[in-house]
Formats: sequence, structure tokens, C-alpha cells
Amino acid sequence: MILSELHQIWEKAIQTRKKIVLRCCLAAGCLSSNGKGVFESLQNAVRQSGLEKEVEVRGVGCMRLCCEGPLVSVDQEGVEDCLHVRVAPEDANLIIGFIRSGKPLAKRFDTGIPFFQMQMPVVLSNCGIIDPERIESYIAAEGYYALHEALHEMTPGEVVSMMVRSGLRGRGGAGFSTGLKWDTVAKSPSTIKFVICNADEGDPGAFMDRSVLESDPHRVLEGMSIAAYAVGASQGFIYVRAEYPLAIARLQLAIKQSKQMGLLGSGIFDSQFCFNIEIRIGAGAFVCGEETALMASVEGKRGTPRPRPPFPAESGLWGHPTLINNVETFANVVPICRRGADWFASIGTLKSKGTKVFALAGKIKNTGLIEVPMGMTLRAIVEDMGGGAPNGGRIKAVQTGGPSGGCIPVDHLDTPVDYDSLFQLGSIMGSGGMIVMDEATNMVEIARYFMEFCMDESCGKCIPCRAGTVQMHRLLDRIVRGQATAAHLARLEELCEMVKNTSLCGLGQTAPNPTLSTLRFFRKEYESLLQADPFARNPAGCNIAEHAVS
Amino acid sequence: MKLVSKSKEREGNRLAQHASGDKRFKILEVFMKKFQFRQDALIEMLHKAQELFGFLDEDLLFFISFHLKLPPSRVYGVATFYHFFTLKPQGRHTCVVCLGTACYVKGADRVMSSLEASLGIKAGETTPDKNISLLTARCIGACGIAPAVVFDGSVVPRTTPEAALLKTKQWLEP
Repeated sequence: MILSELHQIWEKAIQTRKKIVLRCCLAAGCLSSNGKGVFESLQNAVRQSGLEKEVEVRGVGCMRLCCEGPLVSVDQEGVEDCLHVRVAPEDANLIIGFIRSGKPLAKRFDTGIPFFQMQMPVVLSNCGIIDPERIESYIAAEGYYALHEALHEMTPGEVVSMMVRSGLRGRGGAGFSTGLKWDTVAKSPSTIKFVICNADEGDPGAFMDRSVLESDPHRVLEGMSIAAYAVGASQGFIYVRAEYPLAIARLQLAIKQSKQMGLLGSGIFDSQFCFNIEIRIGAGAFVCGEETALMASVEGKRGTPRPRPPFPAESGLWGHPTLINNVETFANVVPICRRGADWFASIGTLKSKGTKVFALAGKIKNTGLIEVPMGMTLRAIVEDMGGGAPNGGRIKAVQTGGPSGGCIPVDHLDTPVDYDSLFQLGSIMGSGGMIVMDEATNMVEIARYFMEFCMDESCGKCIPCRAGTVQMHRLLDRIVRGQATAAHLARLEELCEMVKNTSLCGLGQTAPNPTLSTLRFFRKEYESLLQADPFARNPAGCNIAEHAVS
Repeated sequence: MKLVSKSKEREGNRLAQHASGDKRFKILEVFMKKFQFRQDALIEMLHKAQELFGFLDEDLLFFISFHLKLPPSRVYGVATFYHFFTLKPQGRHTCVVCLGTACYVKGADRVMSSLEASLGIKAGETTPDKNISLLTARCIGACGIAPAVVFDGSVVPRTTPEAALLKTKQWLEP
């Protein structure tokens, strides 16, 4: 593959573009509501009505509004895009009728609502637009040009310094500077280096990485290739969860297509650069999202973490320097290459640059995928974009960061969403799951739920996490069942601090976060469940002095 | 472990055949060969084995450890570490209730408890007639359509306790 060949594919795709495109969502969410049936019946309807020359039915990735699936968007030149929701296979002829007569269906959705208007697609710019199963569709969206640019117009050092200037921070949760990480790996003298893409999206309530992989897998492959060029690696791994079969299938297909076109393998774009990517399938262990545990799993071992340092950037997979980044981080690389580090750095806040993808779920009207610039307030996300709680309910809290994060109460909704502001509230940005809870939710039960999760998922290597999570879960369970006293609550808080400060890896260190944050903001709920201590030296209402006298 | 070598020359090539003559062992072996019997591909092998056999029994684990030249303890350790692998046979139908946060907040626990009550088994168990296995998932990433339940591999969105019971009743009918 050389540039002119790439350009030919691009030109061909542009020339053969049809006037009307029916974009049909084929991501996991819509597929489960019979999106495939809708897609097939639309294809049939187009064929039967003889519109094949003008109309293209395209299976695309996530179109954001998962709660209203299956989604079909009608794009006509010169006419505003029209999104149809909850489409059934029987509606295919109605949609064809709409194309012919311009009379809209009852099920059309107003895309003028804030949910769509306030989005800023950078990572998701191809999501729901291109066909994830065709590499030509990605190239038509100017895919793989960034890789060519990096290989032929930049030195690896320049790529790294561009990443440093962009201010991109890791999207996996901790928010470490991506540029610095790349720099450390690039500077390592070793000849064998690895690049790993962490797609082990274990946080319950998060589906951003799944959506990116299902909707735009080539973007991730291209980002990984650029990263490999920058740090000098020749082998890459994508570690993806077994729970995402569609993402795995589309990645496998994407890798195959890239190899056939010579965009992966040896001598990419007529350069000295060689790079291969292998998929590693996880097997349901939350701890494998932690980078050292993930590497152990890639090596085919039990996914247990090890102490850091040495960091993976110095000594990672099989002892070689390894670059590990999240799916979304890699998906940010291509836009940074194409549009420049300064453009990227102009988005977001002082310390958190760029955009962030969030998965909105829970007790909220519009559930689905959103991408917004960093620094937008939680209120804007939850109330304006999400449309607030359904059926006139009131929002009580927003949970971010999954089992490692915390619950942010409704009176702190004006907090801007960036790494540092959320950390100050005792939560974390996490990978981007955002679960809205309404007044009916019992916060102590939520704390117990997350503790049960961490207890189950603790790998058992270090004692604070292995034993601590069990004890904390018991205490929380006691509180929920109304069998605890103030002493139990004090013991719980003590344990939280201990586990937080002494655990080996991120799982244990952050396991107490949901409990600590609910204790901070919803302490009353805990206290209302407590009982008076029957064995206390000084039970309520009893005067010790009187006792002594009697 | 029951392994017999087809002939002595082949034994050197590690092409020992499984005594049961089950074709699936052969398929697994070809798959392992595709990975050049690499030890780091152990998890891939276990995935394939579970896909073929439905669960990982002791014999199967020995078979894998023999071919990858790994100690059986290591294979057993990995197989029991990850939630995805099961060492017990599953029922004819599987019902996986997602208990991710979004599903939990939207009432997946109610779906779960009504299924448990009607089937008379706990999460992670199989009915005595080996018909239905009731399982839980940590999060299947279908949070936008919570609560989600996976019936025999197909995800059903916005499941209510009633809908879930109806579905399992259909399975019970002959």
C-alpha cells in the first residue's frame, strides 16, 4: 500500500457515494432489539422498490441513543438528517415511502434536542457514520492518512512530542499523561517493545470502549500503529473482554482487512516500519483492567497484579518495555495527528484536554453514548442532555467511575467534569460510565453492591484487599439489614482507610471509594439504619452516675 | 488422564490422540497447533475448549496441559481464576442475568430473585433435570437498554420479571 493507492480507494468511495444513505445501527444495543432484522428488511425494501442506484443501506456502529433502538437515520443531500427510533422490520416500506414522498414517519426523533446538539464528536466522529465491517468505509472518512503522515513526515520523536503537547491524559481512569508514557517507552534502549490496547472494560455501567470497537475498529488499529511507530514497537496486543463477542468479531475482521491491504504487517506504506496486532480475549476478571494484571493475563497466567515500580513502560510484557493505553486514548491519536496538538489542547480545561466519552445509564430519560468537551458540568450532562429522571422523578446522585468511583450528590451537580474536580469529590473520572440514581435508590445498598463486586473480583494476592473487602461487605450487609451499631460504622470507616492505603493495586486501593463517598454525602442514610448498642457502657438515656448510686 | 500414542514415531511430535476418539479433541489440537503450542496462549485454548465442550472437565485440562507442556496446576489455576470458565456441565439452556450497576438500579435484582424462586435454584446453579442454568454477568455493556438478560446467547432488552419467567416457561415445555 502506498499513498496513491490509499487515495484511489478514497476517491472511488467518494465517487460511488449514493444520494441517499440509510444508516442502520448495528451495535450491540440495537442488535438486541432486532436491529439486524430491520437492516435486512430495509435492504429488501430498497431492492424491491428499485431504488438500489440511489439508496445505500449501510450498517453502522452506535448512533448514541441506545434507549430508543433500533435506530435508522435517513441522510439525503440537501435535507436535514432524519432519525427514526424504535424501528420494526415492518416499517421498512414506510421509510421507503418517506424517501419518495418526504412525508415523515411518526417515529422520527427530533435531533435538535440537547442530547445530540451538545455533543462534540472527536473520538466518535466516525461512530454511526461509517460501516465498521468495511475498511473502504473507514478510508473514505480519511482513515489511515494519519498513519501515512506519521510514517513519512514525522520522526518518532516528533510524534511523541506532539502527544506531549496535546496534553492528552489516559482515558482508562487514572488520567496519567499519555505523552509522558510514550516518551518513557520510546526512550527505553530495549530493542523489543510492545504496545497493548486495554479493552477490558470491566466497570459495570460503562460501554464506551465496546461502542468504539464495534463502530470504528480501524481507528483503534491506526492509533496503535502510530503509537508503535512512536515508541519503536513491532508487536501489539488488544486485550478485549469475552463479554463483547461483537467487538471481538469486528476487530478480527478489521485486522484481517488491514493485513490484506498491507496496513499491518511489514513495510507499511513503503517504510521500514513493521507492526502486527494480536487479539487476546479476556475471561471475566475485573482485576485484569489493572495494567500489570492485564499483562499477566496476556502471558497466559492468572491475572494478578504485581507491585509497581518497575512500571510497564520500563519492564512490562515478558520483561520488555510495554506501552499500555485504553481504547479511547488510542482513538484520540488519529484526530490529534490529523488536526494538530494545538487544536486538541484548545478543547477542554486547563489540566484536562480534549473530549470525553460517557455512557449515560440508569434512571435517566435518554440513555446512551455521549461525547462532550472536558469541563462541562454534570448538570448539563445529566439534566440537559440526559433529560433528567424519567416519569417526573428526581435525581439523587450520579455514580461515576464504577466500583472505583463514588456517588456525587445532586447538590454538587455543578461540578465541571474533569479529572481533578471529580477526584476532589472523592470520585474519579474512571473510564466514563455515568449512572444516574433517583430518589428511590438506597445509597447504602449501592455501597454494599459495589463492595460485593470488589469482594468477588479481588484476585486474592494481597491481604488488605482479599480479607478487607470481605469484612467491609459483612459490615455493610449488617448495616443494610439494620443489625449494626455506631461501633460497626466506626469499624467500617477504619477498615476503608486501611484497605485504601495498604492494598497492592488499584482494585483494592479504590474499593472503599463508593462506601467512603456515600458516607461523606449520605451519612444520614447510614445512621438511620443503625441501632442503639445494647452492650454499650453508656446506653442512650442512662446516666452512669445514677447506676453507681443504685 | 487417558492418552495413547498412535504410534511411537508420532509421540515425538506430540500428536498423541485422545483415547475416547472424540473428534473435538482433534479440533482442539489443530487449534493449539495453529498457535504453535505457545504457552502464553493458554487462555485462548481454554476458550476454545469451553466453546467445543461446553465446560472444562479435568480430563480436558490435562489434555491441554500435556500439549502446552504446562504443569496441570498452572492450567487448573488459570481455569479457576477466571469467571468465564466453568468446570461444571451447563444446562441445555442458559439464562444470564446482567447485574451491572445500570441493570441493578433498574431492577435486575428483582428479575433475578423471581427467576430463582420459580426455578428453585440459586444463581450459578443448574436445574436438577439439566435443563436450565441460571447465571449472572458483571456487565455485558448493554447499559442503555437495562435491565438486560441473555437467553441462550441473545440479549433481551428491558426485561421485566414477568417477561423473564415467560421465557423460561417456554423452555420447560417439551
